[in-house]
Amino acid sequence: MGAKKWIAMLLAGGQGSRLGELTIGLAKPAVPFGGKYRIIDFPLSNCTHSGIDTVGVLTQYQPLILNDYVGNGKAWDLDLDVGGVSVLPPYQGKEGGEWYKGTANAVYQNIHYIDNYDPEHVLILSGDHIYKMDYSKMLDYHVEKNAEATIAVIQVPWQEASRFGIMNTNEEDKITQFDEKPKFPKSNLASMGVYLFNWKKLRQYLINDEKDADSSNDFGSNIIPKMLEDRKKLYAYRFNDYWKDVGTVESLWQAHMDLLEEKPKFQLDNQDWKIFARNANHPPQYISANAEVSQSLINEGCMIHGNIEHSVLSYNVHVGYGSTIKDSVIMPNVTIGENVHIERSIIASNCVIEDGAVVGNSAVTSDITLIGENQTILNPNKKKITLN
Amino acid sequence: MENVLGIINLINEKQHLKELTAHRNVASVPFGGRYRLIDFTMSNFINADVSKVAVFPKEKYLSVMDHLGSGKEWNLDRRSGGLFILPPIHPDETVTGDMKQFHDHLSFFERAAADTVIISPGCHVCKLDFNEVLAYHKKHKADITVVYKDYVGELIEKPIYHTCSVDSDEDITDISFYTIPRPGDHVCLETFVISKSLLVNLIKSCVASGEYDFLKDAVKANLHRFTVKGYNFTGDMPFIHSIESFHSSNMNFLNPSVIRSFFGDTWDVYTKIKHEAPTKYSGSSKVTNSLIANGCVIEGTVENSILFRGVKVKKGAIIRNSIIMQKGEIEEGAIVDNTITDKEVKITSEKTVIGLKQPTVIKKADII
Repeated sequence: MGAKKWIAMLLAGGQGSRLGELTIGLAKPAVPFGGKYRIIDFPLSNCTHSGIDTVGVLTQYQPLILNDYVGNGKAWDLDLDVGGVSVLPPYQGKEGGEWYKGTANAVYQNIHYIDNYDPEHVLILSGDHIYKMDYSKMLDYHVEKNAEATIAVIQVPWQEASRFGIMNTNEEDKITQFDEKPKFPKSNLASMGVYLFNWKKLRQYLINDEKDADSSNDFGSNIIPKMLEDRKKLYAYRFNDYWKDVGTVESLWQAHMDLLEEKPKFQLDNQDWKIFARNANHPPQYISANAEVSQSLINEGCMIHGNIEHSVLSYNVHVGYGSTIKDSVIMPNVTIGENVHIERSIIASNCVIEDGAVVGNSAVTSDITLIGENQTILNPNKKKITLN
Repeated sequence: MENVLGIINLINEKQHLKELTAHRNVASVPFGGRYRLIDFTMSNFINADVSKVAVFPKEKYLSVMDHLGSGKEWNLDRRSGGLFILPPIHPDETVTGDMKQFHDHLSFFERAAADTVIISPGCHVCKLDFNEVLAYHKKHKADITVVYKDYVGELIEKPIYHTCSVDSDEDITDISFYTIPRPGDHVCLETFVISKSLLVNLIKSCVASGEYDFLKDAVKANLHRFTVKGYNFTGDMPFIHSIESFHSSNMNFLNPSVIRSFFGDTWDVYTKIKHEAPTKYSGSSKVTNSLIANGCVIEGTVENSILFRGVKVKKGAIIRNSIIMQKGEIEEGAIVDNTITDKEVKITSEKTVIGLKQPTVIKKADII
């Protein structure tokens, strides 16, 4: 098999515990997004559009739905004989086996997978971000700078910089220092969790890192600082488009609200950069004579009899007469009865909201209400019927 | 149904949909917001677990080939079985009949492992359970089973239907061609069950004696020789015989109970996947009683209408009682009423298109 120019390793094993009940039954990259997608569709579609034909998806936490979803990769045109998409959970070898201890260890454990393709460069991606990025431009930059590693960065507001991994750079964007969540940031260039390495270099660092008993085997905390310490050539690649971390309930909700602006900063319907997804097969959406829909995104299979205002509805959501959904995100297969009021909420897949129920708090200062998967929300005013 | 071969016979298509079939065959005519007519027959086969389906197109079959592709959306990209498209071998010859084209591909029939063949056209919008038809065929030890449906609806203009007479034993006693059916008449749905060996014999003998029409020369001519049974299909199915009935049968889907009964949990209608984003409704959109596919951007008013994938409705535009096919654009202030716009039609700003008695049809890619 011929050597590949580059391949991608997508870190999809995280639990995403800050997403609370959303990730009880599935890993963060499998969380539904944008009325039709799952978070992992964004980096996978980026790979397809960037000409990457080999992607290893590293899974660990609740991998069942994710594995099934990725399947043979045909939704992303990644069903290839050589390369394509491979789901890579931790495995047992002759010397035993263990869970992925950290992001770097996860890649370390799959050195053989990468060696198979003998790539010149390896792109490390994570499954927590919503963005459209042409990684091939980053590769051009990486090659032009003759870098040993290139880290994609985005300018964040200074007041938020201490929440991110911050790159301090010289005037040529060569990285001089990496500050993980600095109290007093010296720069506002935040790491996007997109790393491009020369494979031979990275391979050596992964092996050395594994030998270091004190290491937490993490790219951000160990590999990058170590390379900087060794005065390797690391460059920051500036990305100036929309990029959103959707690791919290609040940010996940906000990213959905971003899609609803009159001229959104992030568009899902760009014909030159379609977001590919596994398509469930559903009839067109039906908006009834009693419905009112404004400033919303609605997917196929929905049947709407109520008022939908500034919300995102995924496929197969049924909304009964007299119900109002406002500033909310409704995930797949949710059934909403009549005269329900939902505001500032995320309702996860397969929930049932019964007639007359109220969900969410309209105060803009209040937290976003999250209803986890498969729950039934009753009308609190309805008398409970006891069956003997 | 491993032992069943599905045939979608597009050779006998009629020319009743006028402009909509100017550049495509009837089977590829868009229907119901995201489908093409052939999707319903394809899905009938898939829902009956028929894993080998051959499509026999006659002409203008580029769209149908593009639409079906490798058959992967219907799970027909299989190692064994799968999807076959078998066009005329000598496209320049005048096509004499379906039996001729079957004969062109005789070895396909001979080699197929199936012992039973179900033949159906690609134009019926219905959920027809082929397993039930097959069970009927076996129970009655029929040589040929003909599926018919009792006609409902207004008087049609053009005689495009064949009707059959059925006696009390459910035997087909006569077939009349190109008739104008009255309500209750048995319209032949040109859907048949026949054993493969009998079909192969009939193909050979018909073609040898210069007879090329399956229904006329193989079925009607042998009514006295074979057991030919009539299966009465009582499920929902619109009779689409004109632009008007095409329009009204689309509009019939603007009804939650029809949508539910057609696209219920246990019966999927499959179609080609387009990777369109969810539909976006702006702050100024007003949409009521409409069926809307993905990828639309709606800023105007849409009432009692069907929008296919990727339709753009600009601010102040009004669409009523209309069917807007894929990638249509209705610009600011335009009014479209009782109209069918084919794919990629643009109605420029402030223009008005209204179908008075009959729906107006705007041809593919036209700019008004």
